Amino acid sequence: MKTIYILWKRQLIKYFRSKSRIIGSLGQPLLFLIALGFGFGPIYVKAGGGNYIQFLAPGIIAMSILFSSIFSGIEIIWDRQFGFLKETLVAPVSRFKIMIGRTLGGATVALLQGTIVLVITLFVGFRSNLMLLPFAFIFMALISMLFTALGTAIASMLEDMQGFQLIMNFLIMPIFFLSGALFPLQGLPKAISIITLINPLTYGVDGLRGTLANLSSFGLFNDFAVLTIIAVVLLWVGSYLFSKIQV
Amino acid sequence: MDNIITAKDLTKNFKDILAVDKISFSVKQGEIFGFLGPNGAGKSTTIKMLTTLLNPTSGEISMNGFSPVLNPDKVRKIFGIVFQDPSLDDDLTAYENMELHGVLYSVPKNILKQRIEQLLNIVELNDRRNDVVKHFSGGMKRRLEIARGLLHHPKILFLDEPTLGLDPQTRNHIWDYIKELNKSESITVFFTTHYMEEADRIANRVVVIDHGKIVAQGTPSELKKQTGTKSLEDAFIAVTERDIRSEESSNLDMMRIRRKMFRR
Repeated sequence: MKTIYILWKRQLIKYFRSKSRIIGSLGQPLLFLIALGFGFGPIYVKAGGGNYIQFLAPGIIAMSILFSSIFSGIEIIWDRQFGFLKETLVAPVSRFKIMIGRTLGGATVALLQGTIVLVITLFVGFRSNLMLLPFAFIFMALISMLFTALGTAIASMLEDMQGFQLIMNFLIMPIFFLSGALFPLQGLPKAISIITLINPLTYGVDGLRGTLANLSSFGLFNDFAVLTIIAVVLLWVGSYLFSKIQV
Repeated sequence: MDNIITAKDLTKNFKDILAVDKISFSVKQGEIFGFLGPNGAGKSTTIKMLTTLLNPTSGEISMNGFSPVLNPDKVRKIFGIVFQDPSLDDDLTAYENMELHGVLYSVPKNILKQRIEQLLNIVELNDRRNDVVKHFSGGMKRRLEIARGLLHHPKILFLDEPTLGLDPQTRNHIWDYIKELNKSESITVFFTTHYMEEADRIANRVVVIDHGKIVAQGTPSELKKQTGTKSLEDAFIAVTERDIRSEESSNLDMMRIRRKMFRR
């Protein structure tokens, strides 16, 4: 327990010490929110979709959590290059605990980041259903865990930052763009529709949209179940890969 | 005395490079053991295999009776290590780095605080304890790492070139403390160094490894006698003799091996 706690605390200390990271990672969601929100807003209304900010805001919150989580997981590569990883790997604690501590820490950071973005969306004009806010936090926490575990699994296999660009462009960006964060998933071509349905973030976005804006299309329980199952599987895969790291 | 470390026909291949080639040696409980060799000889690779970070290609290791491959958690409990290259978290303070290590090695809380302070005093960093490590000089980081490696009073302490880049004062300080620990807690010390004078003064017994093979072993005075030399440095050069050309190619080997290990 103490191992998990101290590694969790480490992630938080590092997060709060890097002010530039906190502010820097808010730039992208803010830009998406303003540029897309106000840019496509009028067209969305004309198409009969209603208020676009209302539709977009949960997607942007999910986006900020996605990126923040993946980066937390990927931090293992930095730790490997700066040597700190060795310090934890030779310690007499199970690698499973190390992995869980790191993942919880990274997920907490992502959750904080998502919360800040949620507050920002309220300023941009998002009208949220505050009654279901606790459930929204559950979904945010699930998305955070799921993608931090994914980041950990990926980072355990990568040896340096060179492979990262590949992961970014062929995995993370598609996960984001094909999740329904930016546009409704109805009426898409068959192939793309299938991709969106196997994309875990789709259910995260849907869950957030359901709790924050009453716009769920799969049902909150289904979203919850899918996310939980995938998160557990990824945690398992992540800890397996992490336990196999040789320095 | 019993052997606390034994290696038998230990071998490690990195694709086409044979980093360690069938070496066998043993270290006795409570001994200060010098593991010497030129750059790229296979010292760090051997240490990584002993400390569960790398699996050997073939051969057997026993660390206090346990195999690092089969029982890594049991082995990890009994040693402490100061790595050749830095392994601190730059974003944490000196104290936080120490504390994290203490928790990972389950040092009891009441002892931990006092021991951190004692060790930080020895390496003369106690006044900088709350500074983030990022702002430390290379020598300060080194000192902090040594303090950290000693924090949990391990049974075996691995020191991979611990005093590289330190001034003589700090070096003496640190070795005095290590010798003291070796006596009072009978900690076995396994170290590598390029300072032969240091090895001569401190090691009870040394092994010289070159091109992944053991080329000499014994007490420093035995080595000097065998080679008919006056200092351990001369003895070292006599057993690892090589001209400048092969030195160059060996540097390249070293870089390749390092790069490989880095990427692992």
